[in-house]
Amino acid sequence: MKRTNELIVALAVMAVIVVITWGLFAVGDNMPRGVTAYSNDVYELHNIILGIVTVIGVLVFTAMFTSIVLHRKSKGYEAAKFTHSTKAEIAWTAIPVLILVGMAVPATSVLIDMESTGDAEMNIKVTGYQWLWKYDYLEEDVSLYSALDRDSNRARQISSGIDPESVDNYLLNVDKPLVVPVDTKIRFLLTSEDVIHSWWVPELGWKRDAIPGTVNEAWTRIDEEGIYRGQCAELCGKDHGFMPIVVEAVSKEEYAIWLSEQRQEIAATAHDAAREWTREELMDHGANVYQAQCAACHQADGSGLEPAFPALAQNGSPTGSVDDHLSVVLNGREGTPMSGFRERLQPQDIAAALTYTRNAWSDSEGEIVQPSSIIELDQG
Amino acid sequence: MSHATTAEHDDHHGDHPTGLARWLFTTNHKEIGTLYLVFSLVMFLVGGAMALVIRAELFAPGLQLVNPEFFNQMTTMHALVMIFGAVMPAFVGLANWMVPLMVGAPDMALPRMNNWSFWILPFAFTLLLMTLFLPSGAPASGWTLYPPLSLQGGNSLAFVIFAIHLMGISSIMGAINIIATILNMRAPGMTLLRMPMFVWAWLITAFLLIAVMPVLAGAVTMLLTDRFFGTSFFNAAGGGDPVLYQHIFWFFGHPEVYIMILPAFGIVSEIIPTFSRKPLFGYTAMVYATASIAFLSFIVWAHHMFTVGMPLGAMLFFMYATMVIAVPTGVKVFNWVATMWRGSMSFETPMLFALGFVVLFTIGGFSGLMLAIVPADFQYHDSYFVVAHFHYVLVTGAIYSIMAGVYYWLPKWTGHMYNETLGKVHFWWSTIWVNVLFFPQHYLGLAGMPRRIPDYAVQFSEFNAISSIGGFMFGIGQLLFAYIVWQCARGGKKATAQVWEGAHGLEWTVPSPAPLHTFDTPPVVDDQIAVHKDKLT
Repeated sequence: MKRTNELIVALAVMAVIVVITWGLFAVGDNMPRGVTAYSNDVYELHNIILGIVTVIGVLVFTAMFTSIVLHRKSKGYEAAKFTHSTKAEIAWTAIPVLILVGMAVPATSVLIDMESTGDAEMNIKVTGYQWLWKYDYLEEDVSLYSALDRDSNRARQISSGIDPESVDNYLLNVDKPLVVPVDTKIRFLLTSEDVIHSWWVPELGWKRDAIPGTVNEAWTRIDEEGIYRGQCAELCGKDHGFMPIVVEAVSKEEYAIWLSEQRQEIAATAHDAAREWTREELMDHGANVYQAQCAACHQADGSGLEPAFPALAQNGSPTGSVDDHLSVVLNGREGTPMSGFRERLQPQDIAAALTYTRNAWSDSEGEIVQPSSIIELDQG
Repeated sequence: MSHATTAEHDDHHGDHPTGLARWLFTTNHKEIGTLYLVFSLVMFLVGGAMALVIRAELFAPGLQLVNPEFFNQMTTMHALVMIFGAVMPAFVGLANWMVPLMVGAPDMALPRMNNWSFWILPFAFTLLLMTLFLPSGAPASGWTLYPPLSLQGGNSLAFVIFAIHLMGISSIMGAINIIATILNMRAPGMTLLRMPMFVWAWLITAFLLIAVMPVLAGAVTMLLTDRFFGTSFFNAAGGGDPVLYQHIFWFFGHPEVYIMILPAFGIVSEIIPTFSRKPLFGYTAMVYATASIAFLSFIVWAHHMFTVGMPLGAMLFFMYATMVIAVPTGVKVFNWVATMWRGSMSFETPMLFALGFVVLFTIGGFSGLMLAIVPADFQYHDSYFVVAHFHYVLVTGAIYSIMAGVYYWLPKWTGHMYNETLGKVHFWWSTIWVNVLFFPQHYLGLAGMPRRIPDYAVQFSEFNAISSIGGFMFGIGQLLFAYIVWQCARGGKKATAQVWEGAHGLEWTVPSPAPLHTFDTPPVVDDQIAVHKDKLT
């Protein structure tokens, strides 16, 4: 009688628990399946393990709540006297071990596959900066910087008054995406120039840390054309939430066209660096560079955020001499978040940004800096 | 049994100072226990307020209330205050109050050191919290203080490091005291395998503390010299390695996780048998399971850092070792359920919190097992899935066990019963809202939301709003907890010595409230009084 009772109640309790569990699965999001064979493996592994723990959970909670329903003092239930059972204890040590082995086998095989970075058809070096990404196409002499797009950046300022819902792909859009071909094994080499970042695109199925002084490896082979978005996953300072990743997977033909466009742009840039610029050109270009590279810390009006991020201008006049200013911009300042921009920016970008900061907030006309003088400085 | 002797205790303890001096100079384990618990409650509310700043900012996309720098200071300080200020001191406070009562000792083995262990803490937390008012602000690199980011911060880093040194000294002294008390001051007949599970759990925890707090001190001292004295332990440009810090930190950090959960296991193992009116199932297995978990905690640290890039063999090792922890942890959960099975259960507030612990901690354990699976961890890592996981094991794990313990022993401490109706309201209110708070965070993490971000893409809006509502409601509920404790300290129905019908053990043989000095003459523990006599025969 007692045992039948327990069985009936257990079935009813289990039904309730199953319904609640089903509800929890139904209302929420699951991990994306992703667009690579390997993200699919991760997704399936995740589902298998989630399934196993769910079943164990349902069984354990069924036993517990059956007991809670039946074995109550308020119903006059008398406590049994047993205090241990060697058989039961061996069973619930041994069975979990077997289940864990069952989990470890597929996990190991997926991991071995994930770590096989050999035979890559192309290599992309990913460098994390506070707070943008640089991508070098190692075989192609093409590289690009990828930072939060302007619309998101405007809307994300505190009390900006811009509704994030009105911005396309708010916080998940960049000025220049990483363009890659589909059906190609791509090896990523990840590193950082300042603090630790982590490169994560959920649709690719992994994240990997970008660490200064270390080069990490990972790989992908994307099956479907499309745009895949992600974010930095390792706390990297105040704008950690604002350095998204956008991967644009295109056909091999489109990729070849994109590459040749990039090369033309690089040639045009080199030509630009050599010529003489007017004050207006420098100021216009400088405003863009300043917004993209400097304003996050030093603020749009150059007032900085003391004490971590110093003001670039006081009462409209630039602080410090041109030479000092240039040296800090090129080389950075050790022990602070200010890193050097020598590698990151073209000479005309640096010249324009400098010209902008020395004139934008000043009433009188200050110095202008020519791109050519920066090339000379670099060579000298 | 000799508890009658406890009434005539006063002569040789002489006069007792009153007012502030009473608390400043006390060497009494009960008073020090109270100090720890009150301190912990204050820190719980301070850390909770910081959590509410975080949840308020995350209520909707866009930045409305705080700038990102301050947001990062809040996440960092919330964790440091909750871990070192709320959870750890609460467990030490419970140990101070209960370990001598449970083993039949008159006091802790080293009473003056006990006083010092506590009184270091207010200074440590003054140092930590004053960074909020420094020009450079509080530390903002996360509680893990990973370099190089932590080295970019202002001088507040030095304050945090010295605060951590002080907390470490306090914890180590507390741990030495607990070990010395348990190993040397047990009453005659209180053999090791007759000790209550709470005592066992704390004995093992104390060894963990002594082993790993110096490791943390070493790690943060290297940060200090890197930041202020030009060394390059973690500076790649100077030949150091930022990942080295993570290895050292997590060699401390993983045992630290169990420092915050083993005493919880102990508390729950006291409460479930009492309210099931049935002895703990598989006592010996529970002791060995606790010891196994403690041992394993030393060889799994790198599972916190699978994404830093490790050799395949290392990842496999850390994955397997981590998965093995599920076995002893499973034994614990199964044994608690087996204790309830065919018991005669009643559901007073301590039991409700203990049952809430078993269910919700188990959910946190499941997500922990999922996180051990390296390929899947490459997705989960540093996402909100992890945030959901560790809040299930820390809030509905550690904090629930502390609340269960407080309700369970409060009548013994104050001599009054707390308000049972309000206690039950507190439990149900907390349990509903804590799940509204943390369960949706699993979904957010799986959908791709990274942790430690002050603003998010709009597809994450719904679950963040739900989570924030849960956070505020849960937070308000804890003011009720503070009120119930205060009310119980002031008065209420007189508690008996036994307090709970099904309670067993030495602590229930002394009057309620427990007099300042108990067991001046040690009780003799025989099979009649020992809780865990069953496994000895």
